[in-house]
Amino acid sequence: MDKFVRLEALVAPLDRANVDTDAIIPKQFLKSIKRSGFGPNLFDEWRYLDVGEPGRDDSKRPRNMDFVLNQARYQGAQILLTRKNFGCGSSREHAPWALLDFGFRAVIAESFADIFFNNCFKNGILPIVLSAGEIDALFALVEATPGCRLVIDLERQELLCPGGKALPFAVDAFRKECLLNGWDDIGLTLRHAELIKSFEERRRIEQPWLFA
Amino acid sequence: MPQTLYEKLWQDHVVHQQEDGTALIYIDRHLVHEVTSPQAFEGLKLAGRKPWRVSSIVATADHNTPTDHWERGIEDPVSRLQVETLDANIREVGALAFFPFKDPRQGIVHVVGPENGATLPGMTVVCGDSHTSTHGAFACMAHGIGTSEVEHVLATQCLLQKKSKTMLLQVDGALGKGVTAKDVALAIIARIGTAGGTGYAIEFAGSVIRSLSMEGRMTLCNMAIEAGARLGMVAVDQVTIDYLRGRPFAPQAAQWERAVAHWRTLRSDEGAEFDRVVALSAEEIGPQVTWGTSPEMVVAIDACVPDPAQEGDPIKREGMTRALTYMGLRANLPIREIRLDKVFIGSCTNSRIEDLRAAAAVVRGRKVAGSISLALVVPGSGLVKRQAEDEGLDQVFRAAGFEWREPGCSMCLAMNADRLEAGERCASTSNRNFEGRQGAGGRTHLVSPEMAAAAAIAGHFCDVRELL
Repeated sequence: MDKFVRLEALVAPLDRANVDTDAIIPKQFLKSIKRSGFGPNLFDEWRYLDVGEPGRDDSKRPRNMDFVLNQARYQGAQILLTRKNFGCGSSREHAPWALLDFGFRAVIAESFADIFFNNCFKNGILPIVLSAGEIDALFALVEATPGCRLVIDLERQELLCPGGKALPFAVDAFRKECLLNGWDDIGLTLRHAELIKSFEERRRIEQPWLFA
Repeated sequence: MPQTLYEKLWQDHVVHQQEDGTALIYIDRHLVHEVTSPQAFEGLKLAGRKPWRVSSIVATADHNTPTDHWERGIEDPVSRLQVETLDANIREVGALAFFPFKDPRQGIVHVVGPENGATLPGMTVVCGDSHTSTHGAFACMAHGIGTSEVEHVLATQCLLQKKSKTMLLQVDGALGKGVTAKDVALAIIARIGTAGGTGYAIEFAGSVIRSLSMEGRMTLCNMAIEAGARLGMVAVDQVTIDYLRGRPFAPQAAQWERAVAHWRTLRSDEGAEFDRVVALSAEEIGPQVTWGTSPEMVVAIDACVPDPAQEGDPIKREGMTRALTYMGLRANLPIREIRLDKVFIGSCTNSRIEDLRAAAAVVRGRKVAGSISLALVVPGSGLVKRQAEDEGLDQVFRAAGFEWREPGCSMCLAMNADRLEAGERCASTSNRNFEGRQGAGGRTHLVSPEMAAAAAIAGHFCDVRELL
């Protein structure tokens, strides 16, 4: 996993609440057995005017120019700004894979669905929760400021707006450590292999039917 | 100190706890299907790691499998490769049980686990699928995970977790005729919203829950995720124990009594405190129909499509307006006047034998309306299908004009050939009415099996209570 320390990047506003993972990456693209290549199909049904299928050349498909990610001013955005309950629905990790493959490294929202939130951290994407008022203010700022770039400083847990205003954000200490260092969870857990073995042995004696 | 069921389950699985509260939680059962596992098996192999305990794995192919013409195999080469990749991975590493495509016990992973007794009270159950909350019906700590965590469980038999908050959802009274667990689930989502359960483990309790069969409890826990809660659960009682007795992977002989004694402790203690308590009365719940593109956009059958103009919150109003445009509906239209093109009875929410019996009871002796282009029944598993056929339910559906299919996820998420075309409207017993969920441009209305059956007969939504 790539480290996440500090990011200065363009912001794209997706002004909808309850964006579900079916919208982030539609089901037909879940047939892939790879982790990469989902970027061209991120928000497929909103980005294109036709129906996407795996294996097609997406560059030739008609685009919905009203959709925010197709607008010239948001090209190259690495921060997605959105509303509450982002990433609800299916647990598909293809959703953060698609965001990452498209170029997003951070998502800012009023709230996130639990499974999606967790999946982000496993892929070096930082999900940031801000208050409804702060989100409203950021939408207004991005709308009013062409080329609006934000700085995300994970170490200091601060979001810096143009003009110098700093918004603090919360992040779980352990997850922060993992992102800052790009740590592999599995490697960390396997340091406790002996504890897992002894727990398992005790369980096998106490509840043998679980080990049939 | 009195404990909630969730706290008991949590405590029973902590291998190690860090100072910040992050805990290493032991996983008893790992359910695996073809869509969210290939990258995990590949990651494991690339890192040179071995699965920790393959006897925790129960695997089946369900999302991509076709529901007709099985003699032709899987015709879509991309789907076929994914299913064959699962076959190869399980053959290589092993499993407690594997029900591949066409196996008599193959089916939707959340139907297959419980019916084989592979889901037992007190277990932690995980799967790369959000509807893993289903297994909470057995007093399990069961939730969906992403593919990175599938790999983590394969490699370590554990997950790194933070404890959830607890919510008690108390539903008391007696459900009216024609009102089902599905309607209870939708009414709960209407009350707390699709993000109402975010961060919580929900325990469903009260006289209504006690009166539900295991199938009904599974429907309810299945939909916990649609209320935002990764975990939904129900305490063990005699209904749980009676369901499990004699199932293939349930404990046998001397171990049975020992297991049952332990299972009976799996309930919240008297006086246990929850972070949030929500109470619903059964009498206020009627048959539900969703009208929009989120499960919280739901009303009772005798209501009308809501009017965004009446909504004060601008973001909600915008969402409602967008949903009505997508759904091709106008505000204030009576729900009964919504005409349908297709009907789907199936999915991990409502494809168990009890669901099929209930739908068949409505259908018996009646005909699907001529305006319905496709009415599908997709049993949840090969065992459900066989049971239904033994009871003659397939004949009831067929005689009415339904298609009787092979088991799988089918049109719940339309990864196989079963789908809606753009603009088509469907009464569906599945769990998500998101834009494009059942096919790009498709319009989904979530209902119970009884209400779907009634809609198939009428060609539009109608109150199933008038047909019973």
